[in-house]
Amino acid sequence: MALLSYSIRRILMLIPVLLGMSIVVFSIIRAIPGDPALTILGEKASAQALADLREALGLNHPWYIQYFDYLKQIITGDLGVSLHSGASIAKEIGPYLAATAELTIFSMCFAIIIGVNAGIISAWKQNSWFDYIAMLIALIGVSMPIFWLGLMEQWLFAQELKWLPSVGRDNSRDPIQAITHFYIVDAMLAGRWDQFREVVEHLILPGIALGTIPMAIIARITRSSMLEVMRADYVRTARAKGMAQFGVVYKHALKNALIPVLTVIGLQTGLLLGGAVLTETIFGWPGVGRYIFTAIGNRDYPVIQSGILVIATIFVLINLLVDLLYAYIDPRIKYR
Amino acid sequence: MSQPVLHIENLQTHFFTDRGQIPAVDGVSIKVHKGEVVGIVGESGCGKSVTSLSIMKLVPNPPGKIVGGTIRFKGEDLVTASEKRMREIRGNEIAMIFQEPMTSLNPVFTIGDQIGEAVRIHTKASKKESRQRAIEMLKKVGIPRAEAIVDEYPHQLSGGMRQRVMIAMAMACNPELLIADEPTTALDVTIQAQILDLMRQLNRDADTAVLLITHDLGVVAQMCHRVVVMYAGKVIEEGDVRTILKEPKHPYTIGLLNSLPKLEESQERLYSIPGNVPIPGSLTTGCRFAPRCEQAVDRCRQEMPELVAVGENHRSRCWLSV
Repeated sequence: MALLSYSIRRILMLIPVLLGMSIVVFSIIRAIPGDPALTILGEKASAQALADLREALGLNHPWYIQYFDYLKQIITGDLGVSLHSGASIAKEIGPYLAATAELTIFSMCFAIIIGVNAGIISAWKQNSWFDYIAMLIALIGVSMPIFWLGLMEQWLFAQELKWLPSVGRDNSRDPIQAITHFYIVDAMLAGRWDQFREVVEHLILPGIALGTIPMAIIARITRSSMLEVMRADYVRTARAKGMAQFGVVYKHALKNALIPVLTVIGLQTGLLLGGAVLTETIFGWPGVGRYIFTAIGNRDYPVIQSGILVIATIFVLINLLVDLLYAYIDPRIKYR
Repeated sequence: MSQPVLHIENLQTHFFTDRGQIPAVDGVSIKVHKGEVVGIVGESGCGKSVTSLSIMKLVPNPPGKIVGGTIRFKGEDLVTASEKRMREIRGNEIAMIFQEPMTSLNPVFTIGDQIGEAVRIHTKASKKESRQRAIEMLKKVGIPRAEAIVDEYPHQLSGGMRQRVMIAMAMACNPELLIADEPTTALDVTIQAQILDLMRQLNRDADTAVLLITHDLGVVAQMCHRVVVMYAGKVIEEGDVRTILKEPKHPYTIGLLNSLPKLEESQERLYSIPGNVPIPGSLTTGCRFAPRCEQAVDRCRQEMPELVAVGENHRSRCWLSV
């Protein structure tokens, strides 16, 4: 019951956050100095084109009317129309979002599984050779520029060893029939296990490039959090019950150590979903980062605006999920 | 007399630190028989908690290590027992209650889960059976609404209730020896009395041997059959509780008793033993209490006295009582 009321309270708290976000995003296009229509269309645009664009963007109305129109529009799920392609952004962004989400999920699974376990074992066997090596790798991991790691991976595993493909999401000679745009799911729906394998192979290099920093951060946070918890009295109590060390570590200590780890996982997932422009460019990954990046080049303001809105919303929702997980893990959390 | 449940002989637990080897427990011998309550008394840092953790082999290692002596539990030496064997014993044959009920329970698991866990580790009980056992134990330690409390979390209970839960957890597998490390120190006085009553009742009902570690002589007087007084890692006096309280021989024990407030006398100021417990590692050759002892003579500063019989079931480590 307490968990339910907490969840409802926490979800209601989203409303002001989302409203604030919409104001910022709304301001972006209006903050362009001078005439936005002129900036968007360029100096050579005809007067008619400028007038049409102003009308299309609603720039002829007072700003508060414009804002409420905008709010009405996004609440109904209408993200506007791309100036470049003329297509609905809400429809257009879907596949890009799916590509980014698939890559993010893959990267984070890699980062969480390796990072959390490395952190646990490092804390368990503190000052052992495993601890030293794991923490050295973690230090290198957080310090490494992703684009450099990506290029090195491509050079070694794609070019020299020819183990894995270096760009794209699938085999261009045998493309996936997109249904959900999550290619792993699509390949399974089609029952094409050869394609499934191709898709996974395409995910590995960008997934590792993208997952390395989160993995390193997760490993370090898990280790320090576990070290603190392992000294707690209740850990001694668990051992005094006759529990084996594995159970003590993975049951009693881990659940208590998880809160800061969860925070980092949430933040990193949000970052990956929004900002993987570099990795997506290097690996030719048609994700949402590249979509917005291209839109910036095209001065496609509605796409930029809606793209930012979508990414920010996802970020907020992931943080909501993290907050709900906190309450699930730690029964003491019942924020007012 | 029958074979003791617990027979510690010449136990030495040392801590290896950057500043050298510190003998936290230095040649301690203690016997506990079935159904008996033995108190270990002493100031903070005298080695009483390390003694109790040594029995469970839960001394943090590094830096702590048992370097000598034997701990016989029903004849079996625990010092040389394997970790696997120790896990079978812990929580099953020897259980332990700790000082801080606030922090000794895991905040993220329910009460029932934590009590039932001990049962599940040592028996083949199912989740349902262990939960049933948890409810039964909660009732036994006098917790009202046991069926509801079993699904609650530690932070929803008061300190006294939590200590009852700790006791329920410790008693869940019917241990033959219960080690209670300052079980009432963190509790207020009325709750203290209830917890002590409960422990004495469990001791009588199940004939469980209890090793009670405390710095509170009031608790000792209420609970124990025999008392062991420790000072700086050594046993300095031991005997029946009446003897120790009525006719203490060692100046330290006398000092401890004198520093208790007495209702019938109005004292301006409570007596306190001058000085502090020696920092382990800075120990001298003579009697460890000599630097603080008002009756110390030259011999005390040069030679360590032996623990010798000074009466029936009464031994003291002091040149003056020889």
